[in-house]
Amino acid sequence: MTKASSSAPKLLIERSGPDFGFYGIWLAAAIALVVLPLIFPSGGSLTTFSLIGIAIIFALSYNILLGQTGLLSFGHAVHYGLGGFLAVHAMNAVANYNWPIPLPFIPLFGGIGGLAFAIVVGWVMTKRAGTVFAMISLGVGELVASSSLILRSVFGGESGITTDRTALPHMFGWTFGPQIQVYYLIAFWVVISAIAMYALTRTPLGRICNAVRDNPERVEFIGYDPHVVRYLAYGFSGFFAGIAGGLTAINFEIANSAYLGATQSGLVLFATFIGGTAYFFGPILGAILVTYLQLGLANVTTVWQLYFGIIFIGIVMFAPGGIAGLLMMHRPLIRAKTLGMVIPSYLVAAIPTLALATGVTLAIETLARYLESEGESNVINMFGIPLDATKPTTWVIAAVLIVGGYLICRITWRRITEAWDRAATAARDRGHLA
Amino acid sequence: MAELIVISTLNGVLYGMLLFLLSSGLTVIFSMMGVLNFAHASFYMLGAFFGYQLTRWIGFWPALVLAPLLVGAIGMAVERYGLRNTHKHGHVAELLLTFGLAFAIEEIVSMIWGKSPVDYRVPASLDFPAFTVFSTNYPAYKIFMLIVSVAVFVALLAVLKRTRVGLIVQAALTHPSMVGHLGHNVGRVFMIVFGVGSALAGLAGVIAGPSLVTQSDMAALLGPILFVVIVFGGLGSLPGAFIASLAIGLIQTFAVALNGSLASAFGPLDPSMGPSVLTDIWNVTIAQIAPILPYVLLVLILIVRPMGLLGTRET
Repeated sequence: MTKASSSAPKLLIERSGPDFGFYGIWLAAAIALVVLPLIFPSGGSLTTFSLIGIAIIFALSYNILLGQTGLLSFGHAVHYGLGGFLAVHAMNAVANYNWPIPLPFIPLFGGIGGLAFAIVVGWVMTKRAGTVFAMISLGVGELVASSSLILRSVFGGESGITTDRTALPHMFGWTFGPQIQVYYLIAFWVVISAIAMYALTRTPLGRICNAVRDNPERVEFIGYDPHVVRYLAYGFSGFFAGIAGGLTAINFEIANSAYLGATQSGLVLFATFIGGTAYFFGPILGAILVTYLQLGLANVTTVWQLYFGIIFIGIVMFAPGGIAGLLMMHRPLIRAKTLGMVIPSYLVAAIPTLALATGVTLAIETLARYLESEGESNVINMFGIPLDATKPTTWVIAAVLIVGGYLICRITWRRITEAWDRAATAARDRGHLA
Repeated sequence: MAELIVISTLNGVLYGMLLFLLSSGLTVIFSMMGVLNFAHASFYMLGAFFGYQLTRWIGFWPALVLAPLLVGAIGMAVERYGLRNTHKHGHVAELLLTFGLAFAIEEIVSMIWGKSPVDYRVPASLDFPAFTVFSTNYPAYKIFMLIVSVAVFVALLAVLKRTRVGLIVQAALTHPSMVGHLGHNVGRVFMIVFGVGSALAGLAGVIAGPSLVTQSDMAALLGPILFVVIVFGGLGSLPGAFIASLAIGLIQTFAVALNGSLASAFGPLDPSMGPSVLTDIWNVTIAQIAPILPYVLLVLILIVRPMGLLGTRET
């Protein structure tokens, strides 16, 4: 959907010169990072923000592979975890030998850890792209995750390796004991890494990465080796994943083998893909959403991972551009001021879609409670309405919501498609690509 | 020593044949549709749990037939309503769909049957020692597993090589669009192949369930090994998948049975050196490194022969 066809009618020429809107967004994001803890100063929200910040760096680093170079990796957490372990060992060494390295520089060690592993295994791994790369990344991921349990002196076995972030030399009088200081440290690295990774997409290397993703054969014809390009992209992505791992090590003061595992690799894939791989800000949205859901849903329901799977399958099937793709689809309509033509059909479709989603949620929760049953409360609190999982009425309500919602959804979504086509045609007539 | 070799060979061949039941479906699906089915091991797990549940309700023998059919039906539904709609978004989207499915199936299974192993037992009619090698009783159920998997292997070979359907499947492997031009419904062939592949995985689950552990993480444990098998054997090559299945089955079984380490071979290291990476490696037993051996093999084969043992395709 990002492909612009040259045969389209007259294109409006974008304004040239410094784009204040562009810098404005970055500035606004940086200010938001500074102000957020002042608005939500509670300990819980600080922890959430810290985790979201780490997830943003991790997801952005993953998108260097998936979105920009077209490499689907199932073992990205290896770099994250190794970065975390190197950071923990660096912190312990700094504390033991009194090296003059303050804590804010520790994530760099994490980055080096991630990069070093990428350099070692990357050359063999990036020989081929596509499905083969996906499988190899999975295999290497499993290899490292299982080896970490054998090499106890480095990885600390099941329990992992602990450290103390306050034992390092202080900087600006900050001890980095309180969570707020750790949050600002993470926020600082989020800004630096995001700028660096955005800049990377603008370099010739970043552009060639896109070319390798779209047509590796043609890249070879113009004189680049796609293998080398993929290797470089893999290295950069490993570096930034390592930084995220180093920040996690600082945040939790521990590194264990779970950091390296398949679950972590799966989560970053979910975050990146749900957010949208075609735009730079997609993984950021995805990281915020997935981390927030992960923390929020885990308190409400025992089967929160199932909802993740369902959301992910839904995105893959119906919106492969992710949330960012869905949002950006509307940009030409907004510019051509034809958005008003689709809004009413959205509002109409929202009701049965919500009914369907509620029905599915109710069915899953009912089933989960029904099967757990022993000693647990069977009452589901849905929007403040208590529903008993053992009563047949609850099952009937769920079934009615699912079936009815689905049938009406089909009609209303068809209307959305029609309204969308009209709006897009109108936008095209006014000279905006849709 | 001779006892260990005989028993391990038997177990290794058995494990290898089980791997082949899974990897054959996976590799045929992959070479026909270009889809690496991440959920293949999940179908195996579904087979084991369906087998367990149906055994409790209607007994083992009906379950042995019904559970694979159920899994096959689910597989066909996945192909028809999931993969076929995702196809237009490319192979990566299809791979991701099966990845999401694998995730969701694991969650659903652990929601219904819990996270701890279920009590899926060998049926009473097969619960006796088949023969005694040296001092070890070899269970009849394992012989039964071996017979079932060999029978499926022979049947599969016969169908592929001797029947018209097999001919179409073989042709669709290499020239899907040509087969479509000749008037065959490629979509339906894909759906059936996907269904049969899933049913085979389900069958492997039903017969492996009582012998191995039936638990909600069994798919996550076996899935990566399956990918190693089909990459090692060469993507899209059935004979390659067969050799690789047996090789990995034997290697892992023998490794688990061996308790040697560098320390036992060359004596312990000087204790004054303290714990280090060297002592970790020195003291680790072969049994302990058994889980990582398949991945080591994967990396080695990629360096030496990237297309796999019998593979012909570069990509």
